[in-house]
Amino acid sequence: MGQTVAEKIISRHSGRDVYAGDLTIVDVDGVMASDTTAPLTIRAFQDMGGEQVWDSSKVTFVIDHASPPPNELIANLHALMREFAREQNIRLYDVGEGICHQLMIEKKHVKPGELILGADSHTCTYGALGAFSTGVGSTDLAGVLLTGKTWLKVPESIKIELNGILPDGVSAKDIILFLVGQLGIDGANYKSIEFSGEAIVTLTLDSRMTIANMAIEMGAKAGLVSTSGLSLDYPFESIEPDSDAVYDQVYQFDLSRLEPQISIPHSPDQVKNISEVIGISIQQAFLGSCTNGRLIDLQEAAQILKGKKIHPDVRMLIAPASKDVFLQALKDGTVETLTEAGATFLTSGCGPCVGTHLGVPGNDETVISSSNRNFRGRMGNRNSNVYLASPSVVACSALHGKVTDPRYIEEEVVCR
Amino acid sequence: MQVKGVAHVYGDDIDTDRIIPGKYTKTLNLQDMAAHVLEDLDPEFRSRVKEGDILVGGNNFGCGSSREQAPLALKAAGVSVVIAKSFARIFYRNAINIGLPLIEIPDHYIQNQEEITVELETGRVNNLTAHNDYYGAKMPEVMIQILKCGGLAAYLKENKNYTL
Repeated sequence: MGQTVAEKIISRHSGRDVYAGDLTIVDVDGVMASDTTAPLTIRAFQDMGGEQVWDSSKVTFVIDHASPPPNELIANLHALMREFAREQNIRLYDVGEGICHQLMIEKKHVKPGELILGADSHTCTYGALGAFSTGVGSTDLAGVLLTGKTWLKVPESIKIELNGILPDGVSAKDIILFLVGQLGIDGANYKSIEFSGEAIVTLTLDSRMTIANMAIEMGAKAGLVSTSGLSLDYPFESIEPDSDAVYDQVYQFDLSRLEPQISIPHSPDQVKNISEVIGISIQQAFLGSCTNGRLIDLQEAAQILKGKKIHPDVRMLIAPASKDVFLQALKDGTVETLTEAGATFLTSGCGPCVGTHLGVPGNDETVISSSNRNFRGRMGNRNSNVYLASPSVVACSALHGKVTDPRYIEEEVVCR
Repeated sequence: MQVKGVAHVYGDDIDTDRIIPGKYTKTLNLQDMAAHVLEDLDPEFRSRVKEGDILVGGNNFGCGSSREQAPLALKAAGVSVVIAKSFARIFYRNAINIGLPLIEIPDHYIQNQEEITVELETGRVNNLTAHNDYYGAKMPEVMIQILKCGGLAAYLKENKNYTL
C-alpha cells in the first residue's frame, strides 16, 4: 500500500510500516524549546525523575520569545534555562541569536527526512526541508528528553498542489495566507499537509519556510513542502510520496492570478484580497517573526523604501530572524536603507509578535504585521487590531500610513 | 471519578492567546497564570468560575500556540474538565499531559450556567438542568493511562517509557 511523505517518515522512525490512523511510538531526531516553554519542560523533566537527558547533542534551547528579558521574573527564567543547559551540556542560543525556528534550520539542527519535536507551535516550519516536525507542549517535550521517544497518531494527509507562476508583487506569504483563508483555521486539524506543484519548485528555502510555518494556522500537525527543486549546501535524500498514496483531501490551485492577501482581525483565516482592504489607517508596522524575518523579506521591504521616508504617523519595527540575517542585511546595505527610511531595528527574536514586549500596540491602534497570528490580544492588547500580510505589503503600508497594495509601485512610483 | 459543576459556555475557535495571553505565560507560578485566564475572551470569567466548574467550547477549542500554560491556567483556576465539539491537536495533548480531562462531544447543546456531571471513566456527560445525556468520543488507551496517573510526568515517572 502506498504511503504519503508523513507515513514514510513516521514509518522510518517507528521501525515498522505505519499508515494514517495508526498509533505508534517513534524515535525523535531532535527537540527544541524556547523561553516560553523550556522552564515548564525543565520542571516536568524533574517531576519525571529525569537526571540526564537522553542525548544532549539532540536538544536545542533558544531564548527568543521575551529577549532580552523585559523584567526580573523573565530574566530569572532565562537563568534557569542557562543553568539546566550547562548541567546537561545542551546547546543554548542566548539573547539576540535569533528565532528558534530560524536557528534550527540555519544552524543545521534539522535535516530532510528527520522527525523533530519542538515546544512551539510553529515547529512545523521545518517541513520546508521535508522534515516531519510538529509542535508539542512542554511536558511532551520533557517526555522526549527522558526517553528519546514520543507516541503519536499517524496523521491523514492533505495534498495541496500549487500551479502557475506567481505575479510580480506576490510572494510566498500571499500563497500561505490564501491557503489559510481557503481551508480555515481548523481545515487541517490533526492532519499533515503536503505542498507540491510547479509554483513550489522554484521557491527558495526561505520562501518554503514561510509556507510551512503557517500550516499550524490551519491546525495541521505538519506542513511538508515537496523537496523538488530544493537546494541545500549538503547532500540529502528527497522523500516523495508513492503514486498510490492515500490522501484525505486533494486541492489544486492556480496562483497565476493571485492578488496580495491580507488577514484581517481577529483570526488568521479571515483572509481577503488586498483590494478589499486598502486604505485602512495603520499606526505600527512590524517586519519580522519566524514567518517573514529573513533576508529576502528585509530586502523586499528595502526595495520599496529605498530613498523614501515612512509615514510620520507610523512606527516601523523590524526584528531580523537571526543575528546572521541581521549581519547579512547590514553588509548588503539593507539595514542602512531601512533605517534611513525611518524603521527601528529590534533584537533578533520573536519581538512584538507574541505580545510580551518590544511593540505592544495602544488602544484602538492598528498594526500591519508580517507575522502569523492576529488573534485578539495576540500582540499584547485586546483593544488593538492586527492585520497580517507580506513584507511588501507591510513596507508599502508603512510608507503610506494605510494598507496599501504593493503591485502598483513600479508603474505609479507610489503604492496605490 | 465523577465531577459536577456549572457550565461556562463559549463558541468556536477559542485560541490559546485568549485562554492565556502570551504576556502572562512566562512564569512557573500557576496562580499568577490563573489570575489572567480567559482575560481577553471574557474578563468576568475569573471572578465567576468556581472550583470544579466545567468549561464548554464549540469547535477547535484551544487552537493556536503550543503553550501548555493554556490548560495549566484553566486547571489552576478551578476548571475540572473541558467539554468541546472538537479540540485543536496540541491543546488536546497538553491538557491530558497536565491531567486536565477533556471530553469531545461533536453535537452538544450545553447552555451557559447549566449544571453538568461528567463521569470521566465512561465519558458520560449528564446535563442535570436540561435532563439529557451525552457520551464523549473515546480517547486512545495511552491517554487514559496518562490521565489516570494525573499527567504525563507521573506516568513516565512510574512507567519510564510509553506503552500503547
